[in-house]
Amino acid sequence: MPAMTAVPAIELRAIDKSFGDVHAVRAVSLTIRKGSITGLVGENGAGKSTLMSILYGLYRADSGEIRVEGERVEMGSPRDAIAHGIGMVHQHFMLIDSFTVLENLVLGAEGGFLLGRGMAAARSEVARLEREYGLSIDPDARIADLSVGEQQRVEILKVLLRGARILILDEPSAVLTPQETERLFRILGVLRDGGVTVILITHKLREVMAVTDQVFVMRQGEVVAERRTVDTTPDELAELMVGRKVRLGVDRQPARRGPALLRAEGLSLVDRHGIGLLDGIDLEVHGGEIVGIAGVSGNGQTELLQVLAGMRAPTGGTITICGRTFDAGHPGDPAERRALGLAHVPEDRLRQGLVAAFHASETSILGYQNEARFSPHHLIDRPAVRTYCAELMQRFDVRPPLPGLRSAQFSGGNQQKLVLAREISHEPKVLLVGQPTRGVDIGAIEFIHRELVRCRDRGCAILLVSVELDEILALSDRILVMSSGHIVGESAGGTASERALGLMMAGMKAA
Amino acid sequence: MTGLRRSLPAWVEILVLPAINIALAFLTVGVIVMIVGVDPLQALKLLVLGAVGSPESIGYTLYYATNFVFTGLAVAVAFHGGLFNIGGEGQAYLGGLGCGVAILALDQYLPIWLMVPIAIAAAALFGAAWAAVPAWLQAWRGSHIVITTIMFNFVASALMVYLLVNVLIAPGSMTPQSRGFGPSGQLPALAGSPLNLSIVLALACCVGVWLFLWRTPWGYALRAMGHNPEAALYAGTNLRSMTMVAMCLSGALAGFVGVNELMGVHHRLVLDFPAGYGFAGIAVALMGRNHPLGVALAALLFGALQQGGAELAFDVPAITREMVVVIQGLVILFSGALVNLPRPWLAAFRPRQAP
Amino acid sequence: MTGDLSAFVFLMLAATVRTAAPLILCAMGGLFSERSGIVDVGLEGKMLTAAFFAAAVSAVTGSAWWGVAAAIAAAEAMALLHGLACITYRGNQVVSGVALNILAAGLTVVLGNAWFARGGQTPALDQPGQRLMPLFSPRAGDNILVYVALLSVPLTWWLLARTRFGLRLRAVGEMPLAVDAAGISVGWLRYLAVLLCGLLSGLAGAYLSIAQNAGFSRDMTAGQGFIALAAIIFGKWRPVPAFGACLVFGLLDAVAIRLQGVRVPGFGEVPVQLIQALPYLLTMFLLAGFIGRAVAPKAIGIPYEKEP
Repeated sequence: MPAMTAVPAIELRAIDKSFGDVHAVRAVSLTIRKGSITGLVGENGAGKSTLMSILYGLYRADSGEIRVEGERVEMGSPRDAIAHGIGMVHQHFMLIDSFTVLENLVLGAEGGFLLGRGMAAARSEVARLEREYGLSIDPDARIADLSVGEQQRVEILKVLLRGARILILDEPSAVLTPQETERLFRILGVLRDGGVTVILITHKLREVMAVTDQVFVMRQGEVVAERRTVDTTPDELAELMVGRKVRLGVDRQPARRGPALLRAEGLSLVDRHGIGLLDGIDLEVHGGEIVGIAGVSGNGQTELLQVLAGMRAPTGGTITICGRTFDAGHPGDPAERRALGLAHVPEDRLRQGLVAAFHASETSILGYQNEARFSPHHLIDRPAVRTYCAELMQRFDVRPPLPGLRSAQFSGGNQQKLVLAREISHEPKVLLVGQPTRGVDIGAIEFIHRELVRCRDRGCAILLVSVELDEILALSDRILVMSSGHIVGESAGGTASERALGLMMAGMKAA
Repeated sequence: MTGLRRSLPAWVEILVLPAINIALAFLTVGVIVMIVGVDPLQALKLLVLGAVGSPESIGYTLYYATNFVFTGLAVAVAFHGGLFNIGGEGQAYLGGLGCGVAILALDQYLPIWLMVPIAIAAAALFGAAWAAVPAWLQAWRGSHIVITTIMFNFVASALMVYLLVNVLIAPGSMTPQSRGFGPSGQLPALAGSPLNLSIVLALACCVGVWLFLWRTPWGYALRAMGHNPEAALYAGTNLRSMTMVAMCLSGALAGFVGVNELMGVHHRLVLDFPAGYGFAGIAVALMGRNHPLGVALAALLFGALQQGGAELAFDVPAITREMVVVIQGLVILFSGALVNLPRPWLAAFRPRQAP
Repeated sequence: MTGDLSAFVFLMLAATVRTAAPLILCAMGGLFSERSGIVDVGLEGKMLTAAFFAAAVSAVTGSAWWGVAAAIAAAEAMALLHGLACITYRGNQVVSGVALNILAAGLTVVLGNAWFARGGQTPALDQPGQRLMPLFSPRAGDNILVYVALLSVPLTWWLLARTRFGLRLRAVGEMPLAVDAAGISVGWLRYLAVLLCGLLSGLAGAYLSIAQNAGFSRDMTAGQGFIALAAIIFGKWRPVPAFGACLVFGLLDAVAIRLQGVRVPGFGEVPVQLIQALPYLLTMFLLAGFIGRAVAPKAIGIPYEKEP
């Protein structure tokens, strides 16, 4: 039935957008059928989100035109987009934690100066949408008390409540378990059958294959391919995204397991509101192996790394690093850990791994600034630091190789290489690595993976946390799965199946 | 507002932008002077003459500049640690109390070469202690340092009034001030003006602060905390201790205003001697881009304004000394709050690069 | 006896409300600004500028109403400057507030001296019509702005809790991105909030110089803007508790005046300075989490930036 409508829901013609010197979207044209689910895939920075933000009026295109249901429209602000029936569910939810569901729903569509009537109307609308699409939610709950999946449903409700017929979802599964994702996709199917046009921005090819009708592939700001989903394969899409054949997986020898260098026993963390973030974590990492921690983000991996690295004190249990034991009473700090031979590539390099305003040379000694070779007689030897940084840059191919450049001025991949270089070059006995390739281009990913494996082969004990299942599978000798602050399962690297891991990530122990 | 974020060439950032900001501030001052009914150029001439026209006026200028160096450095050090210390006024007040109490207690017994260092240390200690309370509250209890340092200015003022009215007042005195310091508690004056040896302390502080911030691992950690606390934590810095260090240093520097004012000039404990130097320190630090050299230059300018402004007010009845306060406010406004104002204009000059 | 007591209570109450009135106006104004995410350390400066212009214009025109209008205009000008710095040019909000305070402290004296040549004071307002007089009870000093102050509290509450404007204002102080994504202009909302703050702090300033006193004297706000700020924090950024805090601080002030030189049995003379410092000390205790916990709007103090 939807296929019979000739007028496309969305038509973009030659959309172009630059931010300063970055050409984010280059002359993109595409057409999207009514009542379909369209995938928009591409690597980080390919321009998918920017393109959709233009469609939603968050940014204004430098040139080109937008047609909604055949009619040419100017998207000056999200208000225009909403008026034309376009709604967007952002990757980071646009929900106000301290507000109720209902307050969040009416924000921007209050229906008059006084709130009372609009709130009542919204309440009955929510009830209707619940009946039609099965989007059940308590309108009086506070957002802060809802699960991530529920919050996402509030976002979808918000969009539908404004009469959206075209729904854009930006990386909707990034924060969901595979099971929650499946539920989301069922809802999207119901919406499509009800005539809603859905656009899915994602870089997960599995999901594209599972739910979409057609796919656009973006690379470096351009749409490089358009496929009907039934006519394509994940391999083809991956190749289109990257622009060349990719080899998933890393060459590596079997692990030569040494002594246990990092051990956690009964490790717990309760925050000051009494919420348990880590609960009885037991793990052991031996020299010469990579242990991967898989899990949906926000299930305690971040906290685990922080506690192991000494950035946060545990509330229970013990940590043993190279024979030295820490516990709640004697949590130690990152400096003590470093002295024992622990290095840490943090999850969020911009927030933790480097100081954006510092020169690269200053960043290259972050955490090691007290070492005698950098600070003889308690005064920093700047020429020595610069020379050291230049060496690191050469060895790890950091570009541009300028120690005097501010850390912020390097690309994500080069920042990550600099952080990795700093940590690996101290030949650590234990290495904690969080999201080593987040926001990093493909070339740098291969390089980083190779370096990690080399570090392992030198006898280092590596604990790898990543939300990219592919990365975990490619690098790990053993895989632990985290869910709600627990370790819920373990499997050997070679034999793990994605499905089994997915079930464990959702908190269900695999049989 | 496009163009606010666009990065400009380094020399524009360091030289042109601040220069435009300062120029805007003084342009506004000129307009205000005109509103008051005085010819701005005439006023400027009198001001410059008043500031540097005679050895005595230069002495005054340097004496005022000494205070501005102390409070400017105080703001700058805290700023590098990511802390906005608005409590310079109270810390200066307490610094004065520290050196005053030390001198009142010991000036009968100690020679000057022993009394002076002890009094200076006491000023630093009291100033640091007054800054330590807000610092402790922020580090351990999470209360915001901006609010607590403001509140502590008022508490300091109430405390000093109480002490000078009820406790430290000289016997038989009608005004709330202490007895005069003995000779060993007085710093030698220079050049027949209030200028005294404190200026040497101020210069030493400039060098010390520069060495500390850019040449020691502690200064490195402090700056790391200021730019990115989480990265500093990651680097093994104890954020709580470092917050205390930054604020105590800041408070100690502000406390040295007491040395210049009380040991150098008043030679007794008096009320209200910080006279706005603590707040002006914000303007000095902003104008000096939080660098000791910049702070020293900005302090010199503000010292000249203070002295020249006083002379100007003496010569031209339509202008009062508070004109200097107006200038301080405008400098903070234009080089601080409105620092981005000229950015779009400058960005417009820069040709867009072809993609 | 009971007559004396009730008269005493009445007078204390009246004195409390009288001292609290400018605090209330200022606190309600600051509440709008802070709930929208704009820190307002500059309440003091706005109030001081408004007090000066109210007295100056009233002295020149002979009409207190022109004085009130001038006070509002002056405070709004300061508010616009604050908005320009914080919203349009995304400057540091605390720095902007401090700048306005210092500017106000200097400018009021400079202009006052130039215009009236009385060392920064304005001429005494002794003509009828130059001041806002008590409406019903001269002893209580219930001028119109006292009633405006008392009314501003339920009005502020109602606006914040029950209207579209209030919902959006609260939202923009918590998460401006969500407001922007809903198609509402963050800047416009924040400007509205800042201007409302200007209006109310302008009235507070007028109250000081042409209702409570008969003319402007230098630094006559004497920290009341900061006490209002303390009241906002003490009230945890909610109108009714902030109103309560203003009353408590007003009462403290009234008590301080009563206690001057009085000996309390078993304690000795109460230092007036202690009572004067009490609002600040109490606020510090609150901020330190010793008395409940004050949670500020989440996005407060952070300039909103849209571009990536």
